[in-house]
Amino acid sequence: MVKNVLIGVLAAAVIGTGWWGANQASQKEALEINSENNYQRAFHDLSFHLDQIEDEVGSTLAMNSREQLSSSLAQVWRLTSLAQSELGQLPLGLMALNETENLLSKIGDFSYKTTIRDLGEKPLSDQEYEQLQRFYKEAGEIRHDLRKLQASALKEQYKWTEAEQVMADNDAPMDNSIVNGFQTIDNKVKGFKETEFGSEMGQGFAPDVEKKIAESVKGKALSKQEAAKKAKQFLGVPDSMEVEIDELDEESLGFEGYTLTVQEPEGEDEIYMDMTKRGGHPLWFLQSRPIDEPEMSLNEASNKGLAFLEENGYENMELADGKQYDTVGVFQFVTQKDDVKIYPDTVYVEVALDDGEVVGYKASDYIANHHQRDDLSPSISAEEAKAQVNPNVDVQEEGLAVIHNEDDEEILCYEFYGTIENDTFRIYINAEDGDEENVKKMQEAEPVYDTM
Amino acid sequence: MAVQYKQVFSTCVIFSLCLFFMNYALPIQSAEAFSDQVIQKGATGDDVVELQARLQYNGFYNGNIDGVYGWGTYWSVKNFQEEFGLETDGLVGDKMKNKLETSTEYDEEFVQEALQNGRKFTHYGSTPKHIQKGPKGGKNKQQQKPAPSKQQEEQQGGGQQRQGQRRQEQPQDGAGEQAPAEQGQQEQPQQQGQEQVDEDQSNQANIQKAMNVPDGYSENDIQIMSNAVYGEARGEPYVGQVAVAAVIINRIESPTFPNTASGVIFEPRAFTAVMDGQIYMTPNEEARKAVLDAINGQDPSEGSLYYYNPVTATSDWVAQRPQVKTIGKHVFAK
Repeated sequence: MVKNVLIGVLAAAVIGTGWWGANQASQKEALEINSENNYQRAFHDLSFHLDQIEDEVGSTLAMNSREQLSSSLAQVWRLTSLAQSELGQLPLGLMALNETENLLSKIGDFSYKTTIRDLGEKPLSDQEYEQLQRFYKEAGEIRHDLRKLQASALKEQYKWTEAEQVMADNDAPMDNSIVNGFQTIDNKVKGFKETEFGSEMGQGFAPDVEKKIAESVKGKALSKQEAAKKAKQFLGVPDSMEVEIDELDEESLGFEGYTLTVQEPEGEDEIYMDMTKRGGHPLWFLQSRPIDEPEMSLNEASNKGLAFLEENGYENMELADGKQYDTVGVFQFVTQKDDVKIYPDTVYVEVALDDGEVVGYKASDYIANHHQRDDLSPSISAEEAKAQVNPNVDVQEEGLAVIHNEDDEEILCYEFYGTIENDTFRIYINAEDGDEENVKKMQEAEPVYDTM
Repeated sequence: MAVQYKQVFSTCVIFSLCLFFMNYALPIQSAEAFSDQVIQKGATGDDVVELQARLQYNGFYNGNIDGVYGWGTYWSVKNFQEEFGLETDGLVGDKMKNKLETSTEYDEEFVQEALQNGRKFTHYGSTPKHIQKGPKGGKNKQQQKPAPSKQQEEQQGGGQQRQGQRRQEQPQDGAGEQAPAEQGQQEQPQQQGQEQVDEDQSNQANIQKAMNVPDGYSENDIQIMSNAVYGEARGEPYVGQVAVAAVIINRIESPTFPNTASGVIFEPRAFTAVMDGQIYMTPNEEARKAVLDAINGQDPSEGSLYYYNPVTATSDWVAQRPQVKTIGKHVFAK
């Protein structure tokens, strides 16, 4: 009797487990198919769009009328951004497609710049035409390889989820057709790079801040002891604080520097700082400590920030912007010379609103860009510049400013703040030729969305 | 019609006179005054709420009362300063506060409550007499003020319409108890007088809490990034968390990575915390602050695009990238 009952119970348990297991398995499969489908879609879309990129770039080569050229290049620009996004959705990890993404962004950048340019006034130069030809050839090769990979993936039914598995357990050498295929493509793109001319072409990046820092810092190199002393002076902390100091890797950064951790022997206060070796310029520092309820106004805090900069040898700094984030105030200070705001010389200062201590500081931009600027007189008058502003904008404030344009050159501009209804805009008009350099809608505070 | 207007006008005048005296008789009304800080653009908090409410009260400010001194508030303050012959610097100091306190009313309890509850209602000064009479008197003196006056008119009218409706539904809170008898009498003519006023004007919420966000990022972006930083780097020193956030931002700005915060974070196989779901934990305040610091320009990683934990890292490739420095358990590389 007991035996029978036991058998019955066990049988029920076995059946139950089996049912549960089957359920789990089918659920897992459904999930896997789901993510496989997402990957497949990104993959096929990518290949489709690369196809289109090649076509469009190809047609631009044969085009003569500039309207056609502009619209075609605009297409290319749109397609590269789609392809980039699809690449980002594939589970290839970070390494596999670096170069391909780079190439896509170069093609995109090139087509954007030429699209917005007035091709009637400045038609494509021979160099640019050559560049387009090169892009055409390169896009063609990628397309070819990708199509091939796509064909074999369809034929052999490669699974992206399997590729993902292989990449996840990284111990074994990566032996997966998809991964290998993409890596081959990427290696090929790497080869393209060497045939490229001129560094100014297709460089998506502005010159590195690091490079500029390396060029602009002068003075003698500080030893570790000197650097530690300088850091404590700069922070205004007692000499008794302990300093840990390490060298920054010069090869990867491009300049020599130290990284410091300043620690109060008993307290929990820690301050982190990076400093250039030459001249001992602190690039940034951060202090981590809990900050209590605000005791002072943003205004008072900004004065403290300014006083801090002045103590440390900054001259003619002016508050450009300040925002309160709960218990801290973050301020942007810029150099002001002859009533011109010099935005490239920016220093950010973060002040705790509980006791007014400076808890954050960032001056890389200032150190990279600061230099003597002599000629800061505009060629056109403020009235002339104002005439270039959209008449719908109700100009409220005007001034002069030096800013970086898209090519990272310093230009002197008139700076207008104006409103259309309830929106505020900042408009830069070039003070030499009256071109509209930049228009930006200023961000307003964001409402707290009620998620209840 | 003309007669009606005249009637309305004269009752208005009488009423505003009453109000005027009451203000003096009952100073409690404006006793809820500013703290003694100088309020500057970018500030948040109760003083800003009061500033916005008072400016809205006398028609200089038409935006939301949200407790953040943004651009809209800035222009209102400057207009106010110009109007009253103060230095137009956008700083709200003692002089301006005094001017505001004497010329406007502020019902702190009412505004704060609306702010806390996210309650929707139109115009500050829930009682018709506030908005109708008080500012009218003040406004006639400042008629020359150019831009906002039309909007102001509409806004007030619209507000008043709705207030009329509200009134019937519920007893007024706030300053309503001042003069119940008069209010009752005033109600009818006022509503008639305002019949032509644009009805659908300003039906949206006009008091809503808000916060400062850094340029180019929304609060939700910050939230996603805090999740990622918390999942990836909790337990690391603060500077290490800032560095992780900075890597995310460096990737957004790099041409070889997706161009959005979510694109970078959810790129398959980019972050372990995303792969194993740790990103869905609720981040703490520290992670959020680290993200804010990074967005505001701090970059302890000095422009790194990668980081890894050498103990657990599985990828050889990333270990070959030029290293910048080690913070806590993470090696940062370009």
